[in-house]
Amino acid sequence: MIEWAWWIPVLPALSFAVILLLTRRSKALSAVISILTMAVCFAMSLGVLFELFQMAPENRKLVVPGGGIPWVEIKPFLITVGALIDPLSVNMLCVVTFISLLVQVYSLGYMRDDERFSTFFAYLSLFSASMLTLVVSPNYVQIFMAWELVGLSSYLLIGFWYFKDSAANACKKAFIVNRFADLLFLIGVITIGMTFQTFDFSLVDGVVKQGLANGSLSSGFVAGLALLLFSGAMGKSGQFPFHIWLPDAMEGPTPVSALIHAATMVTAGVYLIARTFTLFTADPLSMTVVAYTGAFTALFAATIALAQDDIKRVLAFSTLSQLGYMVLALGVGGYTAGMFHLTTHAFFKALLFLGAGSVIHSVHTNDIWEMGGLWPKMKATGWTFLIACLAISGIAPFAGFWSKDEIFVAVEQSRIPGHGLLLTAAVFTAFLTAFYMFRLFFVVFMGPRKKAAHGSTGGDSHGEPHESPLNMVLPLSILGFFSVVAGLVNAPGINAYSRFLYFGSEPEIGVFHFGLAGVSTLAAVAGIILAGAFYWKHLLSPAAWAEKHKGLYTLLKNKYYIDEIWAWLVENVLFKLATAFAWFDKRVVDGGMVDGAGWVTRRVGSMVRKTQTGQVQQYALVVFAMVAVLYFVLSFGF
Amino acid sequence: MDSGIPMEHFLVLAALLFGIGLFGVLARKNAIAVLMGIELMLNAVNINFLAFAREWGGGMAGTVFVVFVIAVAAAEAAVALSIIIAIHRRFKSANVDEVDHLKN
Repeated sequence: MIEWAWWIPVLPALSFAVILLLTRRSKALSAVISILTMAVCFAMSLGVLFELFQMAPENRKLVVPGGGIPWVEIKPFLITVGALIDPLSVNMLCVVTFISLLVQVYSLGYMRDDERFSTFFAYLSLFSASMLTLVVSPNYVQIFMAWELVGLSSYLLIGFWYFKDSAANACKKAFIVNRFADLLFLIGVITIGMTFQTFDFSLVDGVVKQGLANGSLSSGFVAGLALLLFSGAMGKSGQFPFHIWLPDAMEGPTPVSALIHAATMVTAGVYLIARTFTLFTADPLSMTVVAYTGAFTALFAATIALAQDDIKRVLAFSTLSQLGYMVLALGVGGYTAGMFHLTTHAFFKALLFLGAGSVIHSVHTNDIWEMGGLWPKMKATGWTFLIACLAISGIAPFAGFWSKDEIFVAVEQSRIPGHGLLLTAAVFTAFLTAFYMFRLFFVVFMGPRKKAAHGSTGGDSHGEPHESPLNMVLPLSILGFFSVVAGLVNAPGINAYSRFLYFGSEPEIGVFHFGLAGVSTLAAVAGIILAGAFYWKHLLSPAAWAEKHKGLYTLLKNKYYIDEIWAWLVENVLFKLATAFAWFDKRVVDGGMVDGAGWVTRRVGSMVRKTQTGQVQQYALVVFAMVAVLYFVLSFGF
Repeated sequence: MDSGIPMEHFLVLAALLFGIGLFGVLARKNAIAVLMGIELMLNAVNINFLAFAREWGGGMAGTVFVVFVIAVAAAEAAVALSIIIAIHRRFKSANVDEVDHLKN
């Protein structure tokens, strides 16, 4: 199966082409092609995983087909295209294909009434193809190309309802912010290629390790390279200050939010750091920057989530926060912890988004204050949403508990300066996470059923909210199941995950840290209880609290005005600079050099032209005069 | 042949004739006058050839060359005259100064 693994990214690309070119008019056919393709890809991914397990750990790294297909050969560079199969990429293959499959099945129900149903599936296939190409890239060039393709797919999907101004703006914002962050990423890739004379991940890692060992390579330089790559990761994975596009991306249909902006595309940044971990670990500088950025983003986003009223916005900031956790984990050297959290998070975050979609589909609003009392009407959605909330809050034995705990252990054991501060931030964020997630749960599902502002109670033609169809509930249930059990693969005693995915030559099996586990559970439970007090049992009043701390509340609700700050920067710094450069380009380059060359030529021409009088006798005179000159030159040789 | 008139006399004559012809070519307004100048130059060159042939021998080469030049001059005169006639038909004038349509 591994030799055929390169088909996994190719099949969805074919599906994209076929749907757009051939089956666009048939909703059924397009959906079938897309879903069938993804099912096959998922099956293949599992096959590859199984085969990889059978191999001895030292052998678990190969590129198919046959070492990669040579694409560009310019001495000394050989850039190949292919699929790199190792535990890291196989992990991502399984996650991406699985979530993609579930989301596509869900979309059968959610997007049923949309006109451009087929196009939606085509775009989902394009996205899957790009993301799968990204995670199996064997070199920096392929990953960069796939990176940008993924950005394009995100643009198309966020702006799927392009006729809405908000969606059109959001997809542009996402693409531009990512492009901007990717500038440094590209510079990093080029520098790596020029310095090490190769773009291949394995070869670069080898050269770097050697160079650091024998002192020919400065660790600071490598850290610089790592930070350039990190810029791309910051854009894609929404680390501060490049997080601004993610909340706006919620304009896209909810399956898109579940797939791209929760489980897969945004994790590409985390994946990149893991893939190029050799460069990051060269110097403590890059690790420190990464760790602090991650911790800050986690805390920052969690505080904003407390004050959001749109169900998807809360989940968006939650995603940013959890991504911060993953980045933090990698920053403190917790390679396995970070990737483990990526995997468990994919399950419960996708579940949360799909559940939100189910709710939105039922009550026709995104505003949580227009919801409420949905528990009795939407049992399946309610239960799975609850499971996901417990998982993300880190309550044992749900998935999130195990992965978050590993992150806490990694932070605690790291030697980064100020890791105590990082740990405090992480634990406090866990408290906030539990709080805002259960705020969401209690407000949406508990309490009395509210009448919406526009007079209807939502729901379908019956006017009542109702459970969603099977093709939406089934993925919810499957994800619910995994949100419960996924963490157990790395429970102490089993440690199957740590033994499979690790950095370096030896897996590191952590010991279970009861103290930390206790503290984190305490924080989570405290968050849940406090949320219950505010939003379920109404022992405390959120409105009164908001009134009392009006300044803080406004700050949080407005996302710390970061968007406004960026807008100001763009208007006053970027555009001014751009205007200056544009002036230079227009007046000096176009005017002075290009037009100038033409002008000079014409002036000289009009002067020299005057010698052509058209009078033959004059020409003859010149000829004979020159003959005389020639005579003198030849006889007397001046 | 016995040396009669010294060769230099012929060369000077040829040079003078050539100069007069050159003047005609460069400075006359009438196209036919220019043609006459050209014929003069050609004949001056002929005299030169014959003078050298007489002085230095060299077989029939010099004389043959002169015959060639005469023939070519005749042909060329015919062609040049037809061109002048064509120009006259077009521009209504035989004044070389007025035929400057390739100016600038």
